[in-house]
Amino acid sequence: MSFTSYTFIAFLGVMLLAYFLTYGKRQWITLLVGSYIFYAFAGLDCLAFILITTLSSYLVSRLLGRAIGRERAFLEANKETLDKAQRKEYKARSKKKRFRILLCGLFFNFGILAVLKYSAFAVRNVNSIIGLFGGKGFDVPSLLLPLGISFYTFQTMGYLIDVYRGKVAPERNIAKLALFVSFFPQLVQGPISLYSELAPSLYEPHKFDLKKFSFGMQRVIWGYFKKLVIADRVLIAMNTMLDAPEQYGGAYVLLLIVLYSVQIYADFTGGIDITIGIAESMGIKLAENFDRPFSSRSTKEYWRRWHITMGRWFREYIFVPIATVKPMLKLNNFCKNRIGVKAASKVVAYTASIVTWFVTGIWHGAAWNFIVWGLLNCLIIMVSESLEPLYKKFHARFPKLAGNRFYGGFCATRTFLLMGLIRSLDCYRNVATTFRMWGSMLTFRGIGEILGGGILRLGLDLTDIVIILCGIAVMYAVSKISAKTDVRESLYERPVLSAILTCALLICVIMIGNYGIGYDASQFIYDQF
Amino acid sequence: MQQLLDILSGLHPEVDFETTEDLIDDGILDSLDIVSIVSSVYSEFDVTIPPEEIIPENFNSAVALMELITRLDEE
Amino acid sequence: MKKRIIILVCSALIVILLLGLLQALVVPKYTDNTEGLLIGEYYGETGENDVIMVGDCEVYESFVPAVLYEKYGITSYIRGSAQQLVWQSYYLLEETFRYETPKAVVFNVYALKYGEPQDEAYNRMTLDGMKWSGAKYDAIKASMTEGENMLDYAMPLLRFHSRITELNSDDFKYMFNDKKVSHSGYLMKKGVVPMREEAESGRALLDYTLPETAMEYLDKMRQLCEENDAELILVKAPTNTWGFWWYDEWDAQVSEYAENNGLAYYNFIKCRDEIGIDFATDTYDEGMHLNVYGAEKLTEYFGNILVSDHGLGDATHSQDVLDRWQANIDAYYKERNS
Repeated sequence: MSFTSYTFIAFLGVMLLAYFLTYGKRQWITLLVGSYIFYAFAGLDCLAFILITTLSSYLVSRLLGRAIGRERAFLEANKETLDKAQRKEYKARSKKKRFRILLCGLFFNFGILAVLKYSAFAVRNVNSIIGLFGGKGFDVPSLLLPLGISFYTFQTMGYLIDVYRGKVAPERNIAKLALFVSFFPQLVQGPISLYSELAPSLYEPHKFDLKKFSFGMQRVIWGYFKKLVIADRVLIAMNTMLDAPEQYGGAYVLLLIVLYSVQIYADFTGGIDITIGIAESMGIKLAENFDRPFSSRSTKEYWRRWHITMGRWFREYIFVPIATVKPMLKLNNFCKNRIGVKAASKVVAYTASIVTWFVTGIWHGAAWNFIVWGLLNCLIIMVSESLEPLYKKFHARFPKLAGNRFYGGFCATRTFLLMGLIRSLDCYRNVATTFRMWGSMLTFRGIGEILGGGILRLGLDLTDIVIILCGIAVMYAVSKISAKTDVRESLYERPVLSAILTCALLICVIMIGNYGIGYDASQFIYDQF
Repeated sequence: MQQLLDILSGLHPEVDFETTEDLIDDGILDSLDIVSIVSSVYSEFDVTIPPEEIIPENFNSAVALMELITRLDEE
Repeated sequence: MKKRIIILVCSALIVILLLGLLQALVVPKYTDNTEGLLIGEYYGETGENDVIMVGDCEVYESFVPAVLYEKYGITSYIRGSAQQLVWQSYYLLEETFRYETPKAVVFNVYALKYGEPQDEAYNRMTLDGMKWSGAKYDAIKASMTEGENMLDYAMPLLRFHSRITELNSDDFKYMFNDKKVSHSGYLMKKGVVPMREEAESGRALLDYTLPETAMEYLDKMRQLCEENDAELILVKAPTNTWGFWWYDEWDAQVSEYAENNGLAYYNFIKCRDEIGIDFATDTYDEGMHLNVYGAEKLTEYFGNILVSDHGLGDATHSQDVLDRWQANIDAYYKERNS
């Protein structure tokens, strides 16, 4: 059930009504039932997988909880008799035990994800190696990929790790945990929530609140606007170029990079707006996933502002543990004496970064282009970090530059283009093609053609282009304003204006959204029968 | 405490760690520094800072960091 | 709080109103491809039609109700549209019986060749003209092609919204009133483009059995007519070209069905000479359809059959209806002789 289908809109209407009608202590059950209905639309076999993840995580989290409880009770009971060293020793030992339980849970669930998502990719790569030696290779398995499995697995594993770390108490009610795993608005594309931030507001009852409800709906409509009016329209031109990449080299590649940046921004942030808006209308608060990412001045900053909850996940559960695991600490200290403090941390941090970005890449999809994409991000961050002293010297020479608006704009544009450039890897979906297309950009071929009307031959007419440009302007303005003030909050004081804007936006979505079969007058010309 | 201040000044000699209280929020310490601090704390204090404790609140000032080390050591 | 609720309700009403207006604006007006208007024009001429004709273009290009009335006193209406499928004819008939009780129903059998939904655009041209009723709902359900949605019919705005960027003056002119294009369902074509050469057969088919679904709906149509005391008459227009061939095997199946159920079936292909059809002058598209001159000949021939074999033409009509038909004849000749 995609967000842009009529079925989803109908489902949402029924869901919201049911949610508010069942106000009370058990209101969350409505959400659970709704989420499972939503998920059942993706197929009953998918439902089995999400159930397995829920069950196994419940089991593991309860075991972890019990282990932690026992540890605390033991320490409490033997407070007097144990000395510090004994205490430490006991703690280390029981932590190891706990870690083993956690590993079981992680292996099992990431195992499912790995088998379903990556086995075809792995077999293909093994086959190509076998092929080098003239072998025949294995059959490439074609397995079902349950809807949102990357998202719910990561969210749920985050919960397990948090229980292991003692940050949250394990959920006693399996149905409640099932809701945390399957909460329908965020099932398909995140945000990846932390248990500690989502669970309380998920389970507690929410009365209908006109303000929250209208705020939520405003955000939903805004999300649909970005998705249907802008993203899906831009997609038409992108698809034309991607259907025959070789025909659209040179300046077209730059155009594609810019278009894809607009498209993915409108599509992804729009989708998240819909998600957060739906939750908000029910009184449930979800974590923000974007913070005006295209105004970032560096790659590092960009990754703190784009797909925030994913970055947070990888940082907290992959980067930090790897960088601070004991062998790494030892390695760091070992290097410190030999190559210096700074360089030693670099060895450790870069190793952890490379692993993290590799995983980030492959998490996005089982293909080399995603892996290369992840590693390129890592490379850029590492290079710019290594050049940090140089930047510092540069800024010391030109102290006024840092505050200069144009310099800021320059940095933001540079980051935007750089991120767009490597992001085009997942447009072409093929590393070799992408590199060839990047090379073709250096020829600057096609600028004249694009400006001379080539842009109108990509499947968009002038009206579409005007709509896209206006859409971008509106997004930019909203983003600019929301940097300083909460747009909806300030509109709330002016209800009539707020109503007019919301209605206008809704009508825009319905009238100029790119959905449905699309009207082609020639189909309606009666030809023969 | 002096031991910790030495570690910190080793990273950023120009900063007065005794008084500064927004080491993370002001961007004085970056992730490389954190990695370095965690490993130094391990070698000098024999305390491993677990990942869940690596949060801005614990690294914003030398005092906070010292408190963290003491807590982890005592627990 | 009260104020906010009032604003909310008002804006909801305003949005609905605006969307209603926009819908009227963006739905196709079919001013060029006028076939899209045929089905909707019926509602202005309901009541006291002796004969209702259903089918695809082979009815609305072959029979002229004005001539049928002028020559034989038979009032009739054609509920046909482009590539109208059997079930669409069936549901249109079901709807028609709610407006009136004709004595005879004429069904042109060519559409029996289709057993499955065909084309979204033609669906729209047939179904959008219908007023909402159970019959329309059923007709849509039976006709939807993949990717179509009932909601797109319930709110045509959703289907045609993208026309907002390509509106023309006709969209404003005919926003609330459609252009009138037919003469009781007959769409007049006056051009003459002679047939170049007579086809001898159509493309060979793998299977010459008429689709089961189509035959089922034919049978439902027969039962429906029985229940409503109307005689079902099957016809096949005299046109027969390579691309739109009426195979002997099909003819045999229809003949058999007609015989088994005691229905009359007239295959006019076989009596072209008797009718006097000349494909050098009586077609506007190289023999695929009759033009007005061919249609008039066929109507006279068929009218004769209706009177002599089916006892039609002696009905008495109210003055209103007589006036309406006089006006119909005038309008018909006005266009024909212009």
